Amino acid sequence: MRTLNLVQAVREALDLALAKDERVLVFGEDVGRLGGVFRVTEGLQEKYGEGRVFDTPLAESGILGLAIGLAMGGMRPVAEIQFAGFLYPALDQILSHLGRWRHRSRGRVGLPVVVRAPYGGGVHTPEQHADSPEAILAHTPGVKVVIPSSPERAKGLLLAAIEDEDPVFFLEAIKLYRGSRAEVPEGYYTLPLGKARVLREGGAATLVGYGGMVEVMLEAAEVAAREGVEVTVVDLETLVPLDEDTLLEAVRETGRAIVVYEAMRTGGFGAEIAARIAEGALDYLQAPVLRVAGWDAPYPPFSAVEHHYRPNAKRVLAALRQVLTH
Amino acid sequence: MKLKVVSYLDKGEFPLGEEEALALYRAMRRARFFDEKALTLQRQGRLGVYAPFMGQEAAQVGLALALKRTDWVVPSYRESALLLAHGLPIHTLLLYWRAHPAGWRFPEGVRAVNPYIPIATQIPQAVGLALAGRYRGEDWVVATSIGDGGTSEGDFHEGLNFAAVFNAPVVFLVQNNGYAISVPRAKQMRVDYIARRAEGYGIPGVVVDGNDAIAVYLEAKKAVARARKGEGPTLLEALTYRLAPHTTSDDPSRYRTREEEETWRRKDPLLRLRGALEERGLWDGEREKALLDELEEEFARELALADAAPEPRPEEIVEHVYKEMGPDQRRAWEVLRADA
Repeated sequence: MRTLNLVQAVREALDLALAKDERVLVFGEDVGRLGGVFRVTEGLQEKYGEGRVFDTPLAESGILGLAIGLAMGGMRPVAEIQFAGFLYPALDQILSHLGRWRHRSRGRVGLPVVVRAPYGGGVHTPEQHADSPEAILAHTPGVKVVIPSSPERAKGLLLAAIEDEDPVFFLEAIKLYRGSRAEVPEGYYTLPLGKARVLREGGAATLVGYGGMVEVMLEAAEVAAREGVEVTVVDLETLVPLDEDTLLEAVRETGRAIVVYEAMRTGGFGAEIAARIAEGALDYLQAPVLRVAGWDAPYPPFSAVEHHYRPNAKRVLAALRQVLTH
Repeated sequence: MKLKVVSYLDKGEFPLGEEEALALYRAMRRARFFDEKALTLQRQGRLGVYAPFMGQEAAQVGLALALKRTDWVVPSYRESALLLAHGLPIHTLLLYWRAHPAGWRFPEGVRAVNPYIPIATQIPQAVGLALAGRYRGEDWVVATSIGDGGTSEGDFHEGLNFAAVFNAPVVFLVQNNGYAISVPRAKQMRVDYIARRAEGYGIPGVVVDGNDAIAVYLEAKKAVARARKGEGPTLLEALTYRLAPHTTSDDPSRYRTREEEETWRRKDPLLRLRGALEERGLWDGEREKALLDELEEEFARELALADAAPEPRPEEIVEHVYKEMGPDQRRAWEVLRADA
């Protein structure tokens, strides 16, 4: 089978969605003529025209408002926000409206909006281009949050997000865009939202993460395995709605859990995971639930040291030692 | 450049047919009737916090009657008159202001969405809704409304710029009532007229005497026609005054003088239109009384409908968060249901 990187897989999903459903529109800053700053939408405007794939003025709140209005009127907008850290000007649209319209209209106004945004660090982007604001989004009722960890998953999850009747934030780890290639099936397929995956099984401990942290967890698991320690790795994939059953089952099996995320530690989504484990699997725990996360500081703009911020296999292994020796 | 304020009634002009003029007056009178009743109900504890529009009927009804029923209304929270005149049933509006979920789902046949509470966020959404019509081959125009204070928000500027760039069929009504709760216009902006900002977006801007129903109606009709023909958006500024408090929780005596309020009371849009109709023999005390009787009867009927709405169930809190309930909503639903 052919291999694709994440950029190509996302592009292929957008291409298929545009071809399948004429209500689908793709827009944002630079997505039209340029094909996006990461070239995710390259070639789509030429193929589908300026009506279906278009550039917007440089205004994130306007983009989100436009997407909401288009969905209200029966379209299926797929908006791109150039970097997840640029979502902040649009927070009023997101927090006050995107997730709330179905609820406040008692079901009359559903918003099948997808908002795609690259997130996270690891590739020496300029300041404020490496934020991981998934906890803010997950703390917004009425929206779903999906973070794929591979090209094959990204394609099917994005197509499912576009088919979904509710707003979905689709965060793409910048580190993965061109960081690795994987076999991706041809043609149109969807993968279910709201399902976590167990990528690897082992009895010593359970590593839980998503998006760009999945390869970090797998690397740590591989190193541990060479030392005879087998761990379970869970890729959450969808943060909202959360697949709590798979999460808790995986933790109950091992009695030890480490949550890995690259956003700032305090109040991050990993804190929610730790709380769910405390609520649902406390009796099984043989060690405290640990978090391996970004430090309590802004993502550092200092490229010589930024790799100290983002969790890596070494830090995951240190946490693993800690839970195993508790 | 000096902007002209479009007005007719002040000059004794009446460029409108009898039928349209009477329709305007009736819809305005009906709106005022609702506003007065709503204030009474609120004082009786039979309505939640309410935002009256008294004094702004010409601006809202003038726009509403310029629309077709296939057009969309995207209102802010002071637009009950706009909603009523566009066909929202009175009992739905009462239940909305009663914070009863049955009033929050507007009927399918009414092309209006729930009022916006955050300021100016409706502006870019109205643009999206307008473009959706174009994609779908519908000729709907979107009318959206905001106050003078709201025009200071970023979303107002982003939305107008988007509308201009995409040539969206939208009519933006600014009801300039002089105050953002307590902050007067002079502390909100340095421009004389908000409509002047239109030039900055490259779209037409028009100022009307907002207490002159004929002026609002005729200019709104032009703007709607332009939008429907594909000629893009218009910024329509209506100069008006809110005769009542900001909401039932507000005390305007803390920021406005009685003299100022009296001045504007004499410019009451209802009295002005009624006066002009009476001068032309189109209206009199008898017709007014017949209309009020009709409105009283209609309101009693609608209030009874609102009162008959079943008590909300606690589990409704987690319904309609998503199309399909997620596991977290499902769990909460079971708990809330057991609480009932």
